[in-house]
Amino acid sequence: MQTFTTLTGIAAPLPMINVDTDMIIPKQFLKTIKRTGLGRNLFDEMRYDANGVEKPDFVLNRPAYRGAQVLIAGANFGCGSSREHAPWAILDFGIRCIIAPGFADIFYNNCFKNGILPVKLPQEQVDRLMAAAERGAGATVTVDLEHQEIRGPDGERVSFDVDPFRKRCLMEGLDDIGLTLRKDAAIRAFEQRHAHEHPWL
Amino acid sequence: MSKPRTLFDKIWQSHLVDVQDDGTCLIYIDRHLVHEVTSPQAFEGLRAAGRKVRCPERTLAVADHNVPTTDRSLGIADEESRIQVQTLDDNCAEFGVEYLRMDDVRQGVVHIVGPEQGFTLPGATIVCGDSHTSTHGAFGALAFGIGTSEVEHVLATQTLLQSPARNMRVTVNGTLSAGVSAKDVALAIIGRLGTAGGTGYVIEYAGPVIRALSMEGRMTVCNMTIEAGARAGMIAPDGTTFAYLRGRPRTPKGAAWELAQANWRMLSTDEGAVFDREIVLDGAEIEPQVTWGTSPEDVAPIGSHVPDPAKEPDEGKRRAMERALDYMGLAPGTPLAGIAIDRVFIGSCTNGRIEDLRAAAAVVQGRKVAEGVNALVVPGSGLVKEQAESEGLDAIFLEAGFEWREPGCSMCLAMNADRLEPGERCASTSNRNFEGRQGRGGRTHLVSPEMAAAAAIAGRLVDVRKLV
Repeated sequence: MQTFTTLTGIAAPLPMINVDTDMIIPKQFLKTIKRTGLGRNLFDEMRYDANGVEKPDFVLNRPAYRGAQVLIAGANFGCGSSREHAPWAILDFGIRCIIAPGFADIFYNNCFKNGILPVKLPQEQVDRLMAAAERGAGATVTVDLEHQEIRGPDGERVSFDVDPFRKRCLMEGLDDIGLTLRKDAAIRAFEQRHAHEHPWL
Repeated sequence: MSKPRTLFDKIWQSHLVDVQDDGTCLIYIDRHLVHEVTSPQAFEGLRAAGRKVRCPERTLAVADHNVPTTDRSLGIADEESRIQVQTLDDNCAEFGVEYLRMDDVRQGVVHIVGPEQGFTLPGATIVCGDSHTSTHGAFGALAFGIGTSEVEHVLATQTLLQSPARNMRVTVNGTLSAGVSAKDVALAIIGRLGTAGGTGYVIEYAGPVIRALSMEGRMTVCNMTIEAGARAGMIAPDGTTFAYLRGRPRTPKGAAWELAQANWRMLSTDEGAVFDREIVLDGAEIEPQVTWGTSPEDVAPIGSHVPDPAKEPDEGKRRAMERALDYMGLAPGTPLAGIAIDRVFIGSCTNGRIEDLRAAAAVVQGRKVAEGVNALVVPGSGLVKEQAESEGLDAIFLEAGFEWREPGCSMCLAMNADRLEPGERCASTSNRNFEGRQGRGGRTHLVSPEMAAAAAIAGRLVDVRKLV
């Protein structure tokens, strides 16, 4: 997994609540057996018309935001299906950080597994960052995971919370399966106890 | 005396393998369901790292999202769908995972297959790379959806890294009126909580209305839990649960059954246990529900009207409502009853079980699908289809003008050939009315099987209680 330490980039504003994973990557793109190549179809139905032509008004089609690395969105981002194709598409497009007042649980987990940092902030702070992002290409933000701080285009600083284990995994690009396999003795001990107490399981 | 615990606390604590200093928990997973859409990259990850499936016997695979619901003897026409299903075939063979093939009568939607086979058991931890895994909580299991990276983690280690959830209890008191079903209860709860109201929680459903539900009804309620943002819904097991499970292929038998049942009887929330949040609904006040927008929280009783965004004080919500009404082609103030529909879909992991088909057939019997309406019944599994046919339900649907299909996810998410055309309006027993969910530009109204059947007959959304 790609590490995440500090990121400075353009932030794209997507002022919508309840952006669901069907919007992020529609089902026709879930037939892939790979993790890569989904960026082209990120937000497909909002981004392209029925003939596959770009809709010029959609934020990621506007010249200022085509290279966005941060997405600022409304509450309950990533609700709906568990498809990890959603963070894969976001990552493949080049976005490494999403800032919103709230995320759906499964999507939030999936981000961390793919080197994407989801940042939960109070609505007022998201509103301020959203307003700054509306200004376009000059409005870069810096996301500093180590210091858990976002620095806006006008020098404002906003701190955020992140689970310490997930922070470490992101910063060091850790493979959590490898970490868990080191606990094999504990897993075996559990299995023995479990088989005794709940033999039908 | 130890501190009173909730049902969730009990199952969580009995599955803790390890707790790190930072509070991250490693929990053991008893059952892992696998389907073709969210597993190829997980198996590929195992292969790349030279890892095995740790417990193939705890894993059960079935293809459901991509399978055709028409004649299967010719295979899958769509090349990408065919490759994805073939990849699951190959992976299961390579890693020694039991797999129910497309031509197996037990094949069906993964969340219908698990309970049918007795793979789903009370007190178990159950995961699947699918958000509707919450369904299995109906048996008093802790069941939740996971992403593909976590699927790989479970395949490799039979565990998951998790943080404990908060506890919420939703109590539904009283009794339901005639014509009101488990789906209406689920939609009414989502209407009350909102689509993010359950984020971070596990919901336990309780109260006389929940107790009176069949296992099928309980599965419908738990299935829709994810639409309120909670990853898992649970119902304490009771006689209804045990009666459903007894004798199924993978349930314990003989003395093991007695032992298991004695343990399962203790799987309930202790008196005095504290929930972080409590919600109470009166079952008698719940009417048949229908969604009007593009989020399951956009729901109202069939007797009401399309709401007016201008009256919504919150700007974010107002914009979302305006966008939803534009997408749905509906004007504020329009009565919900009377909205003309083009398509009807009865099926899915929410409402594709035998009881759902019986309820729909009871409405349909002796009637005809309205002219111009295309109506589809997709049984949730081969066994549901077989059961329905033995009861003559297929004949009722076919005589009325419905199509009677092979089992699968079908038009719930339209990954196979079953989908809405742009602008088409559908009364659907599925779980999501998101933009494009049933096909680009398609307009979905979520309803119960009874209400979907009534809509097919009337050619418009209608209160099933008033269908004469």
